Amino acid sequence: MGAYIAKRLLAAIPVLFGLTIIVFLIMALIPGDPATAILGSYATPENVAKLNKDLGLDKTLFEQYVIWIGNLFQGDLGRSYTLNRPVLDEVLERFSATLILAGTALILCSILGLLAGVVSAVRQYGLADKAITLLVLIGISTPSFWLGLLLILIFAVNLRLFPASGMYAIYGGGDLKDLLQHLALPAFTLSVVATGVIARLTRTAMLEVLRQDYIRTARAKGLSERKVIYKHAFKSALVSIVPVIGIQAGFVIGGAVYIETVFQWPGIGSMLVKAISTRDLLLVQGGVLVVASAYVLFNLAADVVQTMLDPRLR
Amino acid sequence: MTDATMTAPAQAKKKPAGRPSTVALLFNNTLATVGLVIVALICLTALAAPFLPLPDPDVTAPANRLMPVFSDDHLLGTDHLGRDLLSRLIWGTRVSLAVGLSATVIAAFFGSLLGLVAGYAGGRVDTLIMRGIDMVMAFPYILLALAIVAVLGPGLLNALYAIALVNIPFFARNIRGITLGLSRREFVDAAKLAGKSPPQILFIEILPNVLPVIVITMSTTVGWMVLETAGLSFLGLGAQPPQADLGSMLGEGRKILFTAPHVSIIPGLMIFALVMSINLLGDGIRDILDPRLRAGSLSRPVARTKVIRDPKDIPPPSIEPGVLDIRDMRTEFQIGGSVYKAVGGVDLHLKKGECLGIIGESGSGKSVTAMSVMGLVPTPPGRIVGGAAYLNGEDLFGASDKRVRDLRGGSVAYVFQDPLSTLHPLFTVGDQLLEAIQAHQPLRGPKAKEKAIELLSLVRIPNAPERLAAYPHELSGGMRQRVCIAMALANDAKVLIADEPTTALDVTVQSQILTLMNGLRRERNAAILFITHDFGVVSAICDRVAVMYAGRIVETGTTAELMENPQHPYTAKLIDCVPVLGQPERRTDAIEGRPPVVNNLPDGCAFADRCPRVQAVCRTGQIDLEMANETRGVRCLFPMNMEPRDVKTS
Repeated sequence: MGAYIAKRLLAAIPVLFGLTIIVFLIMALIPGDPATAILGSYATPENVAKLNKDLGLDKTLFEQYVIWIGNLFQGDLGRSYTLNRPVLDEVLERFSATLILAGTALILCSILGLLAGVVSAVRQYGLADKAITLLVLIGISTPSFWLGLLLILIFAVNLRLFPASGMYAIYGGGDLKDLLQHLALPAFTLSVVATGVIARLTRTAMLEVLRQDYIRTARAKGLSERKVIYKHAFKSALVSIVPVIGIQAGFVIGGAVYIETVFQWPGIGSMLVKAISTRDLLLVQGGVLVVASAYVLFNLAADVVQTMLDPRLR
Repeated sequence: MTDATMTAPAQAKKKPAGRPSTVALLFNNTLATVGLVIVALICLTALAAPFLPLPDPDVTAPANRLMPVFSDDHLLGTDHLGRDLLSRLIWGTRVSLAVGLSATVIAAFFGSLLGLVAGYAGGRVDTLIMRGIDMVMAFPYILLALAIVAVLGPGLLNALYAIALVNIPFFARNIRGITLGLSRREFVDAAKLAGKSPPQILFIEILPNVLPVIVITMSTTVGWMVLETAGLSFLGLGAQPPQADLGSMLGEGRKILFTAPHVSIIPGLMIFALVMSINLLGDGIRDILDPRLRAGSLSRPVARTKVIRDPKDIPPPSIEPGVLDIRDMRTEFQIGGSVYKAVGGVDLHLKKGECLGIIGESGSGKSVTAMSVMGLVPTPPGRIVGGAAYLNGEDLFGASDKRVRDLRGGSVAYVFQDPLSTLHPLFTVGDQLLEAIQAHQPLRGPKAKEKAIELLSLVRIPNAPERLAAYPHELSGGMRQRVCIAMALANDAKVLIADEPTTALDVTVQSQILTLMNGLRRERNAAILFITHDFGVVSAICDRVAVMYAGRIVETGTTAELMENPQHPYTAKLIDCVPVLGQPERRTDAIEGRPPVVNNLPDGCAFADRCPRVQAVCRTGQIDLEMANETRGVRCLFPMNMEPRDVKTS
């Protein structure tokens, strides 16, 4: 098992390198001259040339990449010109907030999705199945940013049950209870779509598994239906659902962009949106790189979990 | 005659259904229809926007700002600049739809192209393209779109490109898979031989076959794309004022959420309605084009076969019942509108320590007979519609679920055909064995483990203690089947039902398993119901044999009687199929013709169409299994080596 994890980690390295190349290229290929963008259109050609030299933009693309990745290894992602602080500091600070939000949403959607999918499969064509199928359909069709606004209107403005925005209360607060209260609405909103997707696939996977011969064997052994479904069938279904949860992690992190904007959560998503509108491209670059790397590592974790569940994959 | 009259009208009535679980399909189709109607309505309204009597969506009227819903002149009210919301909604929908659809078309075009080329070219081109696709997919979906917008700058067209680009991998992957399969097919080879160029083959031969997959992928992603472009506009990165799509309307409305919620709720509702109806329609299209995913094709078998029998019509146990006594058992499958009578009235009895073989071709109903005993026939579509099975006098079909569970694996144990698929792949052999023991015995911890090791040794598995930690895929076929037998023996079963336990094994292993089972039977005095299609196996282990054809027993007797002196022509043919060493001239080919489909059995003898001795009278009335003595009987009007029956032609 340890050897397998090591092997997978090694295999992830080229993917991470690929990510750096894509991120670098996206930023390097931006149309227009960065120096002109920074200095404004009234800059003198001498100033532009000087800045280009200072920024290393007179070198070849390959040289620029080598320098950039060298800096990256030293933890230097450049400096955000709008915030006037190192990109890495800002990105890591923001990313931890996103992790709290997206992690909670991911746990939520895994539990709810698996539960709904299993119930749906076990009660196939029953009332519960139909209700869940309909809810799932509504869930995956609802724009999460709109759902967030609705929930703010209902639970924050009208019922006053939860705060409408932010991560901590401005005065006082700062403890876990405060965080959970702020987390409830955005985490739920963020989990809705992924819950639907996971529930759908869980239902299909369970139905597929329940037709297998080894389920008949389990029944022929005289096992209770509870054991047949929740031990034998569920474990098999889980093997095919774990990678789906891994992929959903990407959608949840991506969806956080909307949710963080709606709930003013100080995460990396709202940071990116702001950075894009202010054209703070180094910040965008750093943010995208960190989030994408985290996603790769998360998918790797999902692979490892899947292998732990299924001895045939070892 | 009764059979025919009963099935014919039923078929005529239910003919249009033809597929499993009509109710579920109808439910789905209704939803798809609803989706189609809503999508069509929205599209038509959006298309007709220039012709509708609507105020200009961009004309501001500060005096009329933030009018509520249902105001005079403004059905949906006005926004913060006094613009008519209904007009803006319809015009915005127009933009959102156009952008979403364009993104889908662009993604479908480039994605399919990449997929087609990668799948057809294979080799290095394939690797290169797919690595690139993997790279793109390594990014979280929306994040990549954001990065692209960051590069291109905010704007509706740029948002469209970004969304299209991030969706290309979905198409490329799906299409590549299908293309890969298709490019190995004969018609592609034929086209190559005919001298067609690769582009010709790709676009004339392969593309039409890939089209359904493209359509499915489009119909399942278009909803997403509408949603995501709206999302980018909501963030202020898509449509820029004064141009408005649904997302940017929502984004603008958000700033005045608390004072005028309708300004943001209304465009959100529209996005929701649009995406939901597109998804409904998409699911419908997918169900039609891809039968594998059709909702009705996956139905879950319940824990126990459904029993529907007339309580007044339960046959009593036989006078000399033995351990297992099956009386006039009938099991059917309802598939779509047709009823398949898999088992059409079977009588069997099994004494202590006896081995009874059931033999027949595939589809003769022998497995269903075996599965019916403990209610292991999947429902749906199976059901037991008559008869009884008595275990030591206890009616199994009338027993409670709990009682049946106690008996399963306890008094009646099963061994199935393919040990690879019947053992759970994710649990160790030891776990599965322990489970079988603990389901019926209060053994825990080391004692249970001891018992498991004992069982494995009993079925002659070497290194039993180490084998407990093995997974099924780590064992050979013969070893796996031994594990299955060990599981069946875990609780001193009185009846062992073995459903072709040696069919999936090679010949040497087969004889080992047979010797093992035979020895265990004598040691433990258990009765065995042995299902097989092989007379060689029958002669090795069975005391008596019942030959099944089209769901009925056509001949029964002791193994020796039946093998030496078969009376039913079908039995004789089956015996002829057994190859004998040293007699190469013996015909071992299969019996001509096919067994009848059991949803529409003919009158009279079901074998008539394939029988060399058939007479006109064989095709009428009901032919009974006539018993010469307690064990010997045949269902034939003109049995071989016997006087013909006294046939009363009516």
